[in-house]
Amino acid sequence: MSHVKVELKKEDVAKIKEICKTFHNNPGELINVLHKAQSFFGYLPAEVQEIVAVELNIPVAKVYGVVTFYSFFTMLPKGQHPISICTGTACYVRGAEKVLDEFKRILNVSVGETTPDGKFSLGCLRCVGACGLAPVVMVGEKVYGRVSPDGVKDILKEYE
Amino acid sequence: MHMLVCGGTGCRASASDAIVETLNSELAAKGMENEVQVIMTGCFGFCEKGPIVKILPDNTFYTQVTPADSAEIVAEHIVKGRKVNRLLYTDPENKEHISDSKHMGFYKKQLRIALRNCGVINPENVEEYIARDGYQAIGKVFEMGAQATIEQMKKSGLRGRGGGGFPTGLKWEIASKNHADQKYVVCNADEGDPGAFMDRSILEGDPHSVIEAMTINGFCIGATKGLVYIRAEYPLAIKRLQIAIDQAREYGLLGKDILGSGFDFDIELRYGAGAFVCGEETALIHSMEGERGEPTVKPPFPAESGYLGKPTNVNNVETFANIPVIILKGAEWFSAIGSEKSKGTKVFALAGKINNVGLIEVPMGTTLREVIYEIGGGIKNGKKFKAVQTGGPSGGCLTEKHLDTPIDYDNLLAVGSMMGSGGMIVMDEDDCMVSVAKFYLEFTVEESCGKCSPCRIGNKRLHELLERITKGEGTMEDLDRLRNLSHVIKDSSLCGLGQTSPNPVLSTLDNFYDEYVAHVTERKCPAGQCKSLMQYVIDQEACVGCTACARNCPVNAIAGDRKKPHVIDTSICIKCGACIEKCKFNAISIQ
Repeated sequence: MSHVKVELKKEDVAKIKEICKTFHNNPGELINVLHKAQSFFGYLPAEVQEIVAVELNIPVAKVYGVVTFYSFFTMLPKGQHPISICTGTACYVRGAEKVLDEFKRILNVSVGETTPDGKFSLGCLRCVGACGLAPVVMVGEKVYGRVSPDGVKDILKEYE
Repeated sequence: MHMLVCGGTGCRASASDAIVETLNSELAAKGMENEVQVIMTGCFGFCEKGPIVKILPDNTFYTQVTPADSAEIVAEHIVKGRKVNRLLYTDPENKEHISDSKHMGFYKKQLRIALRNCGVINPENVEEYIARDGYQAIGKVFEMGAQATIEQMKKSGLRGRGGGGFPTGLKWEIASKNHADQKYVVCNADEGDPGAFMDRSILEGDPHSVIEAMTINGFCIGATKGLVYIRAEYPLAIKRLQIAIDQAREYGLLGKDILGSGFDFDIELRYGAGAFVCGEETALIHSMEGERGEPTVKPPFPAESGYLGKPTNVNNVETFANIPVIILKGAEWFSAIGSEKSKGTKVFALAGKINNVGLIEVPMGTTLREVIYEIGGGIKNGKKFKAVQTGGPSGGCLTEKHLDTPIDYDNLLAVGSMMGSGGMIVMDEDDCMVSVAKFYLEFTVEESCGKCSPCRIGNKRLHELLERITKGEGTMEDLDRLRNLSHVIKDSSLCGLGQTSPNPVLSTLDNFYDEYVAHVTERKCPAGQCKSLMQYVIDQEACVGCTACARNCPVNAIAGDRKKPHVIDTSICIKCGACIEKCKFNAISIQ
């Protein structure tokens, strides 16, 4: 996993400490702490994990172990508009792979990467539960249903 | 008068929020806002035709409504009492409009127990749940006592709906007999099977039924704390569940001394973070403790040593949703529904190449044929049925010859699949079964927690073998290797994930062996899905040189002069299929 070096500001450090405190610095609440921290920072760089480890009094290795175990947590910043293609079974049999290929081709990035301008990041997710609309694509919080490879350009156009 | 608008995730993605807004403003414009109430409910189930608006008391069921239709519905239906025919469901056979959902093929064979309130009540209002006999079961349980309630649960024959099918009453009894200063009730809402969304729909549409059932469970086993382990990817379900918990506390239905019984019980949420293996109960418990979600050897079972080492009872959302009704209507009523060893109903998420995608609930013992053809309305675009995959990544692919199998836990196991959480994906003649098996293995490889080697290494090797076969590099020995390795993984893995992950491979090998052989010996994919095994070719006779294909090729692999036959450079072609779609002369084929 490539490493992004970040320098945390004083108030960021204070924010992480505050999050840990709302969970009583309880190591059993590690996952909840990470959820809160990620929703605040957008991702969980090593520097954030180090502070969480100190605050909860557990090894950094344990925090890193949890962060890398769960697919919801990410150590890389996402694009301004994160794109997720549902690759659940229902979407798969209705052609999600072709839609994904089209996004890869137009944006010229692979799954898990962000465009150089930081605008779009491309990812896959397993089932949003809108199988009636398969194949489904999410851009940020917005859900697009019955997407065809032809429709990919139009979706991207909305964010230009 | 009431107007019910579906507020499930699927319909909200198709702007059902905006429909509620425009309906309200149209009603206000006509001065009828006090006579007609617009309510956002949980999922109606008929996702294919969403967004759905249902009007009570006449039960009119409008399909595929857009915000722009609101004005017409209000002006015609509400003001003049005339139905808007163009928005009614059309029977695919006789092309007649059907206005009452009761008469639609999709609903006729269904029996909704777990989904009884979904699409009927406003999930954000506890009083609507109470009006539908909500929180009466817990009162009855306080009168009956814990022991008698557990007896009822055992007699009902209810089995775990998360996939394992363990008898719920028995699970409760074991947990009740273990003594400890603190016990826990856990609701498993970590719905990880891609293509199954019943638990989410229940939590979004009827959260109080789960809260009530967890309280009943707590009273029976002597637990005062409940935890719901829910996927962080379900923001709407989390929001509605939290609202429901707050309301239940406010009404004295959670907290200290519930309904004056002296029994204390409260519920907290714990968020999952995206790991399929956390559906396994020991992995789930570790995840709730803030650890990596890795399973451990059973015994000890959670009923003995679970969350924080205390006796814990884990049940799934759908299992819980059945419980209040069983208590109210009695074990005899429930056990009269279903098949001999599987009682009651099961919710299935019907998806894939089928006409009526949606969430359905049928009595156990209904056949696959009834589900696919009568409820599901048959295969999309008139194609031929090929397979139905039940049980998600742990299940198997069943074929034509299994269609008359009555669905229950034991029958599905006997034919090499499983009930699982209830995903049901239908595939047609265009789906390559080797690719489907590879797709599921890709999922398993990604989701294997890595703790035990048969699952961590074995599934990776299975995936590599399948990859070779779909590239046309497989041998007949590889097919035997696939089968042997599958059995080793099943027999030696630590938890349910590895013990079932080779099922998609074994069932496709059993049912579609010829297709595997075609990939290996003829280097051909009969369904035309495996990219490495196909080539796009332009028929020089049929091509008129219209240039449509060349203009639409994203990688400029097609060359040729106007009005002259074109040629595809196969070394550049990415096999995306854009040219076939654009060709009006059927001159391009896959070989």
